Amino acid sequence: MAALTPISRKPLSLVLPCIAAAGGLLGLFVGTAKDQSTLGVLIGAALVAALGFFYIAVLKNEQMAKWISIVLFAGFGFFAGGIPGVVLGLIFGWLFYWFTYWLYEGRYRARLLPYLTPGQVLWHYGFRVICGAIFVFLITPILVVMPLSFNAEDFFTFTPEMLQFKAEGYSLKHYQDFFSNNEWQRSFKNSLIIAPIATVISVSLGTLAAIGLSQSHVPGKRAIMAIMISPMIVPLIISATGMFFFYSQIGNWLEGTLGLDKNFVGYIKVVLAHAVLGIPFVIITVTATLVGFDHSLTRAAANMGANPVTTFFRVQMPLILPGVISGGLFAFITSFDEVVVVLFVGSASQKTLPWQMFTGLREQISPTILAVATILVGISILLLATVEMLRRRSERLRGLSPG
Amino acid sequence: MKTKLTALAVTTALVAPAAIAEEMTIVSWGGAYSKSQLKAYHEPYSEKTGVTILNDDSSAEAVAKLRAMDEAGNVTWDVVDVVAADAMRLCDEGLAMEIDADTQLAAAPDGTSASEDFGDLLVSECFIPQIVYSTTFGYRTDLVGDTAPTEICSVFDLDAYPGKRSLEKRPINNMEWALLCDGVAKDDVYDVLATPEGQDQALAKLDTIKDSVIWWSAGADTPQLLADGEVIMGSTYNGRLFSVIEEQKQPVAMLWDAQVFDLDGWIIPAGLSDERKARALDYIMFATDTQRLADQAKYISYGPARKSSAPLVGQHAELGIDMAPHMPTDPENAKNTFLYNYEFWADYRDDIDAKFQAWLAK
Repeated sequence: MAALTPISRKPLSLVLPCIAAAGGLLGLFVGTAKDQSTLGVLIGAALVAALGFFYIAVLKNEQMAKWISIVLFAGFGFFAGGIPGVVLGLIFGWLFYWFTYWLYEGRYRARLLPYLTPGQVLWHYGFRVICGAIFVFLITPILVVMPLSFNAEDFFTFTPEMLQFKAEGYSLKHYQDFFSNNEWQRSFKNSLIIAPIATVISVSLGTLAAIGLSQSHVPGKRAIMAIMISPMIVPLIISATGMFFFYSQIGNWLEGTLGLDKNFVGYIKVVLAHAVLGIPFVIITVTATLVGFDHSLTRAAANMGANPVTTFFRVQMPLILPGVISGGLFAFITSFDEVVVVLFVGSASQKTLPWQMFTGLREQISPTILAVATILVGISILLLATVEMLRRRSERLRGLSPG
Repeated sequence: MKTKLTALAVTTALVAPAAIAEEMTIVSWGGAYSKSQLKAYHEPYSEKTGVTILNDDSSAEAVAKLRAMDEAGNVTWDVVDVVAADAMRLCDEGLAMEIDADTQLAAAPDGTSASEDFGDLLVSECFIPQIVYSTTFGYRTDLVGDTAPTEICSVFDLDAYPGKRSLEKRPINNMEWALLCDGVAKDDVYDVLATPEGQDQALAKLDTIKDSVIWWSAGADTPQLLADGEVIMGSTYNGRLFSVIEEQKQPVAMLWDAQVFDLDGWIIPAGLSDERKARALDYIMFATDTQRLADQAKYISYGPARKSSAPLVGQHAELGIDMAPHMPTDPENAKNTFLYNYEFWADYRDDIDAKFQAWLAK
């Protein structure tokens, strides 16, 4: 279908304004960096349009135009910014060549349906540009901290050495700090204690609640549901203040009357507070999977003589497992990322990783935080990838299509 | 359920060993400052007594948190590092316990009593001063042109020093500097600032540079902004600037003119159990003796609060440079200084804060 669309060369009156606009955009970035936005736009547009005109009207040789663009942009990049400038120049030179001929030869229509109007073609590409932009805005803040975490200096700054790709601009000292510093290690350990236990509690209670609430005979279902979900809706700072006073009383009672150890009570308080925050996520995901659950299966199981507990673990649980696991993941992440509640409820011996990052960010802007962030991103990716692989494997084993 | 019980058992196992050793929570400011306390006080104290010290970097919100803890009847902090003004507020509200300098603190090596050794730096009954620090300006040596700034009014001089500057997002210090550079004599600054016209005058002076100001709220902000070259000059605590200049080797220099002295020190929260109170007092006795205060100056450029510590200040522990010329109290640096006026700000802080915030939002 696509290859059948005939393509033809486009007039200069279409090509030149388009590439001039692109050149202007590039000029805007360069110009703003030198505090001369307007001038940058004008120069960028004029230069790029002139070059495009030269290629199309004078040179008339695509291969030569390609190499001229690459060499020209790389040379300009070298004078403007050294080695990194050359890399950028190579990329932009090739892009410029590609964009000019893509427009001029009409290649942009080659893969589209022949009967589309110009407006529809514009929207086709505009839509992709918007999607790409959204993706860039989502992912750049995460990516930008990664090179910074290898900074040889103690600031959140791309130093000239880093930009010139010199080895002395980079170091692993912030990673070393994370693994050797007691405070970071303690808080990492605390997070690894608190988050899994809170997750187990949230998942057990949340799943039971979701199953109970999906029964038709439960009175006041909506009201109960609303109360259970409320920790997700009420602003966190309000829950946190309430929890602080509530758990202080409980903690005093546990320590004073039952004589439990202060630290142990501290962990109980934070784990319970985090479990409460995680429960809504479990309820919502499990309720959603229960909608597709056929209740006649439980009746069938009962018919065969299974008691309710066996029915739950052998019949219902395997079927709603995807919902339980994703709810558990959310609960885990909620606890692992949580900073407000733990600041209120916890004391220094329960300091978690986000708490340490928060105070570190406020009191001392140290790239160790970025190193930790990079490690956490890595762990999250591994975790999600593992879960996804396990899910596909189990689906394959059960003979379902590997989605 | 079984998993849950196992999990709880695991926590118990992990937590239990820590519970055997004695623990205390010490609250401080974090960063290089906490590190200096760790090296000079915490590590020797732990070694001597076997007490494990937990750090909580929450001094910035110490007053609010202590109030909340007191209300909830659950004070988890044992010793808290606060600035003098906060210590006075906590003392007035009964949230900090009173400490008698002569009986509960160590005397100087030559026998001088602690109250005499600290002298008039003991500004509150509950407060044991630790360091004298100053809020002052640092500037980028490569961005200020050929003539480096030497006096405070350069901050307000956009013609000679165009570019962004960073100031703290609160009226304290900024108002005094503004009046000083608007022709008010140093001795009259607080008299003028007590009147509404004087406050307007200070804000009008700040108005002239408002568009070029980046406001900071954490001590780490200005060092980061200076290192980035985002500001050409900025105010912060002198120890932070020392770290930027000497430890991080950034092209930054100090502008000591009209630096504002302030005190930072310890308080012990009121209402601790006897056992915890005794330990906290024991720690304070140890950490504020003459040698320990002088030791802290090996790690950060803040002046020790005891007179008897000053001669013991030596060289930086890692860099090996003399610390004395980097102290805010060094005669060369202290040619023109300003002492933070506690009484004035205790009386006027709320009013001027409100005015300042309204002006900021304009």
